[in-house]
Amino acid sequence: MWASLDELKSVLEQQLPGVTVTVEGAVLYVEPKNLVSVCRYLKDSERFRLDYLANLTAVDYPPERIEVVYHVYSMDKKHGPLPLKVRLPRAEPKVASVTPIWRGAEFQEREAYDLYGVIFEGHPDLRRILLWDGFQGHPMRKDYVVEDQNVLEGGPA
Amino acid sequence: MALDEGLQSELQKEGVYLTTWDKLVNWGRGNSIWPLQFGLACCAIEMIATAASRYDIARFGSEIFRASPRQADLMIVAGTVTKKMAPQVVRLYNQMAEPKYVISMGACATSGGPFHKGYNVLKGIDRYIPVDVYIPGCPPTPQALLEGLQKLQERINASSVGQAMAKKQGEYPVPEYGPAGLSPRYNPAVWQPPARHPFDYQRAPASPAPSTPPAA
Repeated sequence: MWASLDELKSVLEQQLPGVTVTVEGAVLYVEPKNLVSVCRYLKDSERFRLDYLANLTAVDYPPERIEVVYHVYSMDKKHGPLPLKVRLPRAEPKVASVTPIWRGAEFQEREAYDLYGVIFEGHPDLRRILLWDGFQGHPMRKDYVVEDQNVLEGGPA
Repeated sequence: MALDEGLQSELQKEGVYLTTWDKLVNWGRGNSIWPLQFGLACCAIEMIATAASRYDIARFGSEIFRASPRQADLMIVAGTVTKKMAPQVVRLYNQMAEPKYVISMGACATSGGPFHKGYNVLKGIDRYIPVDVYIPGCPPTPQALLEGLQKLQERINASSVGQAMAKKQGEYPVPEYGPAGLSPRYNPAVWQPPARHPFDYQRAPASPAPSTPPAA
């Protein structure tokens, strides 16, 4: 366990040279390029053993950014959750996949890709999971326009 | 031919039963409606409760939920029909034996319910297949489903057997997945959008032509 996120931040920055993380409230923000090394360390280190990814999702903050959120627990040490976030540019949201670290991330990354359009680089099978293959757009983005919003009011089909 | 009730009762005391073919067959049809065994969301839980011993849908002859559409007369659309599921629901309906009936159970199956403004839920199964009975509720209680079933029985009893047998629903076109939803969005043969949403207060009412007094 960690006493505080600030302590976790100092441990991470000490153990992983060149990595900087920021603490905002109850959340640890990681830079996208450092995500894999931070996650790998958190999972493998004897002290933290964060071996269980409970949740992975995205949040849309138009106009400029999308955040990907990770909640990780330790089944081994019985602690958690640790909320991790990465900020991505909304125009091109790309981040490394954590599926090689936590196998359970596979479907959740596919869902975030399907609904938010986040590209997870290195994902073994990144395609839509809930919507069908021919669907266009990512409907959980806040600027998505639903096609049949006004069908009850008439107008063209 | 209408039978005199008094005469009928007198005859029954003598062991002579008179009825009409329609009454006899509809009595059998109405009291042995076999529903298709499938559920889509939380309404299905209420449907299951209706089938279980406390509410006991067997009292109305509908306890035999069939796992095959070929053996079912009634489709209870119990729950949210997502756009991804709708083609399969239409296909199941097409595979059912005639004469067939549909109960739209709950707000979602009827109109999309709380998901009406979402991107992924069909705004009413009646856009693709004809619905006989709509049950309001979110979800409807087992009592409401039983009431809907009784309404359907009334409908069955009201039509003559000849009519029911001659009426062929036939195949309804199965919608396909499009780039942003289903294509077509509805089957115009069974559903047409109303000219104006009855609850839409934001849109200005169609203003009548200004009544200018005829020039003197």
